[in-house]
Amino acid sequence: MRHIISILLENEPGALSRVVGLFAQRGYNIETLTVAPTEDNTLSRLTMTTNGDDRKIEQITKQLNKLIEVVKLVDLSEGAHIERELMLIKVKAVGAQRAEIKRTADIFRGQVVDVSPSVYTIQLTGTTDKLEAFIEAIGPGCVLETVRSGVSGISRGEKILSL
Amino acid sequence: MELLSGGEMLVRALHEAGVEYIYGYPGGSLLHVYDALYRQSAVKHVLVRHEQAAAHMADGYARATGKPGVVMVTSGPGATNTITGIATAFTDSVPMVVISGQVMSFLVGDDAFQETDMLGVSRPIVKHSFAVTRPEDIPELVAKAFHIASTGRPGPVVIDIPKDMTMPNERYEYAYPKKVKLRSYTPPQRGHSGQIKKAVDLLLKAKRPVIYSGGGVILDGSSDKLRQLVDRLNAPCTNTLMGLGAYPGTGERFVGMLGMHGSYEANMTMHHADVILAIGARFDDRVTNATDKFCPDAKIIHIDIDPSSISKTIIADVPIVGPVGNVLDEMTALLDESDETPDSEALDAWWKQINEWRQRHGMRYEKNDNGLMKPQEVIESLWQATRGDAYITSDVGQHQMFAAQYYKFDKPNRWINSGGLGTMGFGFPAAMGVKMNFPDEMVVCVTGEGSIQMNIQELSTCLQYGIPVKILCLNNGSLGMVRQWQDMNYEGRHSSSYMESLPDFVKLVESYGHVGIRVTERSQLPQAMEDTFGKYNNRLVFLDVTVDEHEHVYPMQVPTGSMRDMWLSKTERT
Ligand SMILES: Cc1cc2nc3c(=O)[nH]c(=O)nc-3n(C[C@H](O)[C@H](O)[C@H](O)COP(=O)(O)OP(=O)(O)OC[C@H]3O[C@@H](n4cnc5c(N)ncnc54)[C@H](O)[C@@H]3O)c2cc1C
Ligand SMILES: Cc1ncc(C[n+]2csc(CCOP(=O)(O)OP(=O)(O)O)c2C)c(N)n1
Ligand SMILES: [Mg+2]
Repeated sequence: MRHIISILLENEPGALSRVVGLFAQRGYNIETLTVAPTEDNTLSRLTMTTNGDDRKIEQITKQLNKLIEVVKLVDLSEGAHIERELMLIKVKAVGAQRAEIKRTADIFRGQVVDVSPSVYTIQLTGTTDKLEAFIEAIGPGCVLETVRSGVSGISRGEKILSL
Repeated sequence: MELLSGGEMLVRALHEAGVEYIYGYPGGSLLHVYDALYRQSAVKHVLVRHEQAAAHMADGYARATGKPGVVMVTSGPGATNTITGIATAFTDSVPMVVISGQVMSFLVGDDAFQETDMLGVSRPIVKHSFAVTRPEDIPELVAKAFHIASTGRPGPVVIDIPKDMTMPNERYEYAYPKKVKLRSYTPPQRGHSGQIKKAVDLLLKAKRPVIYSGGGVILDGSSDKLRQLVDRLNAPCTNTLMGLGAYPGTGERFVGMLGMHGSYEANMTMHHADVILAIGARFDDRVTNATDKFCPDAKIIHIDIDPSSISKTIIADVPIVGPVGNVLDEMTALLDESDETPDSEALDAWWKQINEWRQRHGMRYEKNDNGLMKPQEVIESLWQATRGDAYITSDVGQHQMFAAQYYKFDKPNRWINSGGLGTMGFGFPAAMGVKMNFPDEMVVCVTGEGSIQMNIQELSTCLQYGIPVKILCLNNGSLGMVRQWQDMNYEGRHSSSYMESLPDFVKLVESYGHVGIRVTERSQLPQAMEDTFGKYNNRLVFLDVTVDEHEHVYPMQVPTGSMRDMWLSKTERT
């Protein structure tokens, strides 16, 4: 099963390499990874999605927790949560296609953020599924380039991840 | 407040952390630090002949005393030479602090002379590591390193220090922190009471209990508590290779080591148990054999300070995360309160069964008639000569297994070997680390002619510092453990397991100023032992004992089988 693991990490050099190294070293796979500082500049927030059965995920979270720089960790997929990913996508847009692509982008609440005579650059946020559905909808054939931020997530309601 | 240079701060902080000996080797990046060492006497430096040996010496010291061992090496090759030693300590959870020099901070990344990314290279084999970025942080980082290395599940910590952090003419205010606090590191202090209660209930109801204890009991200094619990429950106790000595090897309730080369009775007891109490042991694959066939009838209680050791390979029914001593105290208190007592009728039947198993194999072996000794009898003779009271370190191979099986350790911290990594070359420097700190104790390295050559250069260090360890080489003229596997699985094709061109060890050690004794026949051994621990007590003695090269280590579990599937001799299987 796919899990979203969210980590508060000491904002120190080397901390990220320990997290990534752990995955390589123990044969766990990382599907997406995002990391950036938080409002508290001593902490970074890291979100990663990974796959595995319950036992594997249990080992992953235990091993991550052992890293000294990991301050707090939560498996967001265990409870109600919001997940978002940002995608910038360049698509071939000529002739009649232009209107069609624009309409599809509107349906997915995407925005055209850059235009050239034959190319649209569209910005889209949502779950991974939604981003994939968009690509499907416009037809993979006209996709020129995509860049995705990786998943960020936060739990719903009162629950917060902080010190 | 006192003003000190970075180098001076480092040395002072080490002293305040309780360090008496540092094992190391100097080089360009650390010259300021070595100068600071020279100008004081509280912290003594032991100059090894190879940095790997420095790490093993520190490791031996740590395993014998429970305190972190300290290594100091220069950047580049000095640092990378310690890697095997750090990995050895890491796999066996040994507290260690490694100080590695680094090129000037402004040169880092430029492929400078003797620059290696030590933090990167060592990352997978350390508990934690630090890079010094400001000289004034040094005391705090040292305090943190010792704290992390020695608490929770112990392990090695590296501090990488660029040369410009130690400049002699740049001085800073020195203050060693009284307490270390890390917001992201709080090792468990006690187990969950509800879980402990469940465990006690299970144990009181058990009809065929067994206590399987490991290195964690020794690391926790809780052997006495283990002994009390075993006796109180009247349960059989088995130890892992790392746990030997936590329960007395000559104790009535001890059934021997378990696992790949465990005793017949230990493995049978495990396989047939209905409740297994695992204490500070990590269900290693050299113990469990095939996990899907592991102890089919057993409920498993697992006490470990590291949650990631629990339910990693074998799922625990009652997981208890906490330090051994504290959890055992709580268990004992519950046993005191309880009206129930262990089921004595069931236990009598269980012991009857175990004693029958004991009769079946009982670690018997056959001696040769022609005077050529079996390795087992040499270990038995060592046990007698040292009255079972020596510190025994070992290298890796058949000799290691024979030492584990035939030297009955009655005390913890006396059996010092590389279990998890299986590092040939570990035994001799580890023995040196022990001996320097326990000069009045007998310290013996049991080794093979293969392993000893991996760090034999340390004979020179022993001469320099007067470290009279004893080296007992079970010389079978081959990489015996490899050869055994080749005999059993490759129809005896001895591919590169034969040691040609062995040196004359007696002459070799004599050239280093030590004593060498060659023993080729059984009749010579008693005198050799007597001389080693008698007239040559204050000398390093290398006992080169010729043993039967055809001997195999038994019992040996059958691969992909359950715990009870074993070869008991070359011809007999369970
Ligand atoms: C040639 C060879 C053959 C071998 N054959 C065997 C064999 O037949 N049988 C065998 O047993 N081993 C054998 N080994 C060793 C094996 O590889 C493992 O090293 C060993 O089994 C692990 O021992 P352990 O389970 O006690 O764990 P250790 O490696 O000693 O780990 C200690 C455990 O205790 C925990 N711990 C640490 N401190 C505390 C504390 N304060 N409180 C609670 N828990 C704590 C740790 O988290 C860890 O999980 C062999 C090795 C070699 C090289
Ligand atoms: C550094 C290292 N290299 C290789 C091995 C693999 N290995 C395990 S036991 C062994 C043979 C050891 O020979 P020796 O020291 O003579 O001991 P014996 O088995 O003959 O008693 C080897 C090569 C190892 N454990 N460590
Ligand atoms: Mg040999």
